[in-house]
Amino acid sequence: MVTYYKAQTLADALEMLGRADVQGSALSGGTDLLVALSRQHDETPRLVVDLKGIKDPRGPMVVSDDGLHLGFELTMAQLADDPTARSWFPALTQAAGEVGSVAIRNRATVVGNICNASPASDTAPPLLVHGATVTIASMGGERTVPISSFFRSPRVTACARGEIVTGIDIPRPIPGTGSAYRRLTRRWGVDLITVSVAAAVHGDGRVLLGLGAVAPTPLLVELPAGLDLTDRAGLTTALDEALAVATPITDIRGGADYRSAMLRELAERAIQEVLESTRRSSDGRSVRS
Amino acid sequence: MDARFAAESQVTVTTTVNGELRTFTAPAHRTLLDALRNELGLTGTKSSCTEGECGACTVLLDGKAVNSCLVLAAEMDGHEVVTIESVSRDGVTDLQEALLKEGAVQCGFCIPGQVMSAEYLLSHTPEPTVEEIRSAMSGNLCRCASYNRIVNAILATSKKRVSTGE
Repeated sequence: MVTYYKAQTLADALEMLGRADVQGSALSGGTDLLVALSRQHDETPRLVVDLKGIKDPRGPMVVSDDGLHLGFELTMAQLADDPTARSWFPALTQAAGEVGSVAIRNRATVVGNICNASPASDTAPPLLVHGATVTIASMGGERTVPISSFFRSPRVTACARGEIVTGIDIPRPIPGTGSAYRRLTRRWGVDLITVSVAAAVHGDGRVLLGLGAVAPTPLLVELPAGLDLTDRAGLTTALDEALAVATPITDIRGGADYRSAMLRELAERAIQEVLESTRRSSDGRSVRS
Repeated sequence: MDARFAAESQVTVTTTVNGELRTFTAPAHRTLLDALRNELGLTGTKSSCTEGECGACTVLLDGKAVNSCLVLAAEMDGHEVVTIESVSRDGVTDLQEALLKEGAVQCGFCIPGQVMSAEYLLSHTPEPTVEEIRSAMSGNLCRCASYNRIVNAILATSKKRVSTGE
């Protein structure tokens, strides 16, 4: 049995979700929760706490000199269309603009996507390579965790019962940073990823890869500092070592071997795309970053 | 379970549907899709996969295309919904005519959703490219596989509307 409650304040929502007598679920975009509800055939009482009555006076997204703040109501479509986000975090806006379909992106939220904690989350790999932090509120106050320690296992995050993720902050990239996202699906549109890779080459030389759907959680790996990304042999060796942490499974979307092979391919393509985009921007006029 | 729960496992919703203010009461688990069809008697919106894969239930919510199977009716309180009944209020539209002319309508079950997604696309991109059409329509499945005909109908409608200034 489902009960619906529309919270008007964060404290109100936290109190309801913290109740011990009922399984509470926070509702923002609903594109994952509604599927779960319709598949729930038992009589478990479920309390759906709608967060959309809680208004952040700053709006769904805040741009500052320090970076970007993504509020819990920010939809995939809003993020994908934002010019500052596109300029600073191309891997993230590519991911947000490709997940699901137009109708899904109009409703699904970025915060909801990470809270659902699917190993195949599209926004997790880019958020990992861009060094995002997650703000989690409870009755006792707020805490912030790096997104690299947010995902615990499939559908399980650092956000405990009675807590709510209120936002994601991403530090503004230093000049010379570039990123890209590559995903593989069985059909174009409305399919979960078979594999995905976000690559970020930071202005200070760090090269980070975010890997989707190749382990129980999205993974973050770093290539050796000082690696010459244009040296094919060196890159191959570095990728061999870095991608060894992936433990893909065989399921309806692909076999383990196929996933491993495609992971490798997507990683190379994503890095290539970053190199091309940073070359373009350093050749041409300076970009906003 | 306290009284607040018992009272709210039913929800009373007041929402603007196709320009008309409507109020109904339904179980809290009722989706917008089922409320449109059951409580409001608007059966033009079709129910198929009920998990956001097929697009047959596409409606406009506050002006944006959404899957009505993935929205709770309770979430609609105070918001505005537009369905296929509103789009074709004055009869068959130019887009629907184009779909018929192209032979895009076989079983027809997906067409209300296709029309809603196509109208949403044309409302903000009046002259889409074929690639933009395919991308915008990728959330609407047609198991008769009339995809190319649907794309052609949208292209033809776009051209006609732009040339006649509609």
